[in-house]
Amino acid sequence: MIKGLFDAKRWNALFQAFPEYYIPGFLMTLKISLVGLAVALVLGVIFGMFSTAKFKPLRIISRIYVEFIQNTPLALQVLCYYSVLPMIFSSSGFRIPKFVLGVIGVGVYHGAYISEVIRTGIEAIPKGQSEAASSQGFSYLETMYHIILPQTIKIIMPPLANQALNLVKNTSILAMVAGMDLMYFTDSWGADRGYFAQAYFTSAVMYFIICFPLARLARYLEIRSMRLPVAKTLDIKADEEAAC
Amino acid sequence: MLELFHQIFTPANVTFMLKGLRMTVMIAVLATVISTFFGTILALIRTYSSGKWKWAGGLVAAYTEFFRCTPNLLWILWIYFTVKGNKVGVSVFAISLFTSAVMAEIFRGGLNSIPMGQFEGARSQGFSFVETLIFIVLPQMYKKVLPALLSQVITIIKDTSFLKMVDVAEFMRNCSVVLGSIYDVRGMLLLFGFEALCYFTICFALSCAVRGYQKTIVTG
Repeated sequence: MIKGLFDAKRWNALFQAFPEYYIPGFLMTLKISLVGLAVALVLGVIFGMFSTAKFKPLRIISRIYVEFIQNTPLALQVLCYYSVLPMIFSSSGFRIPKFVLGVIGVGVYHGAYISEVIRTGIEAIPKGQSEAASSQGFSYLETMYHIILPQTIKIIMPPLANQALNLVKNTSILAMVAGMDLMYFTDSWGADRGYFAQAYFTSAVMYFIICFPLARLARYLEIRSMRLPVAKTLDIKADEEAAC
Repeated sequence: MLELFHQIFTPANVTFMLKGLRMTVMIAVLATVISTFFGTILALIRTYSSGKWKWAGGLVAAYTEFFRCTPNLLWILWIYFTVKGNKVGVSVFAISLFTSAVMAEIFRGGLNSIPMGQFEGARSQGFSFVETLIFIVLPQMYKKVLPALLSQVITIIKDTSFLKMVDVAEFMRNCSVVLGSIYDVRGMLLLFGFEALCYFTICFALSCAVRGYQKTIVTG
């Protein structure tokens, strides 16, 4: 597994191939992760709101989406998009850009997970809170802004950071369909030269560079969300002056 | 359509694909058992190492962090290309290596929720440290983390599909072999539908079990 890992000649070969293979791969993975995360967030918010809607068909649609996507492998989904989508759009040799394929793949997959995160976040706030707020004269938007959302965000942030972490890792699936991402370039350089230990070690470090801050962020948010809320001190004097 | 169906799902094809499914389940079960075992040991070391054994806890922490921050596919490919031996065995090893880190993290969460009073109580009854772990701490811990553990099993089943890349005869690879002989969109959709249905049935059953179990915990 680590045979020849400390061979200087092999490392030299790797450094020469670095700008050509690893930099574009790294940037591609980063790009797919960012855009994919945006797509997943949009889908997650939409379907998360659907799943708490009063209108039943919306809830059913959201349920089907979440269950179906969560219980089938991402590799299968990406392979399906890869081979079926071009044939639906046109019969000629049209190929979907790998970037779009990756964004759709991880976006739809993690959209389902984020939708669940958002649903639990909304459901965790007891109904009594909005009732109490409206009895105190808060409007709907004020209730949401001052009371519901601050609590929801605190609950959903740690799992969201975890999802972002998993999303970055899952972009590696694209290597299966020659997706021009970090995993694909690693695989092709490694297979080309046979220096597998160097190739995969470098790639592991590069994934680690993206993922470790996310893992730390998730841990930090988790610890922070367990802290009890502290009431802000009121500036009574300013209030009285305003009343005068 | 029916003709197409008969063309794809010939007895030979179906047996071939279901053999793949059997392999998938076998790999998943083996990986689950191995990674549960090693995950438990890693979590115990990380949680209870102290004094001059502190470095062991640090080592385990580094291991779990490093593996949690790199994709499973990377480990599967790395190990497949560099470790010689039985293909299936190597794949199980790669998946277990990765999943042990995840399991260790899950179990650590469970161990942290067990109060120190349990140790003191066991000590007062004459249990040794190892006996306390086996008879008192671990049973409670497993009960607490069972939902997370089962969710991880679902992930393992889904992750076995990565093995298509290293040509292990598991479900998705076998289906792709069959897919190679189909040039019709409807046929492809039919086959993908069949694949999705098989994965869905297994994973959905497990996720229903998770939900059912969580309900029994909540209602006592």
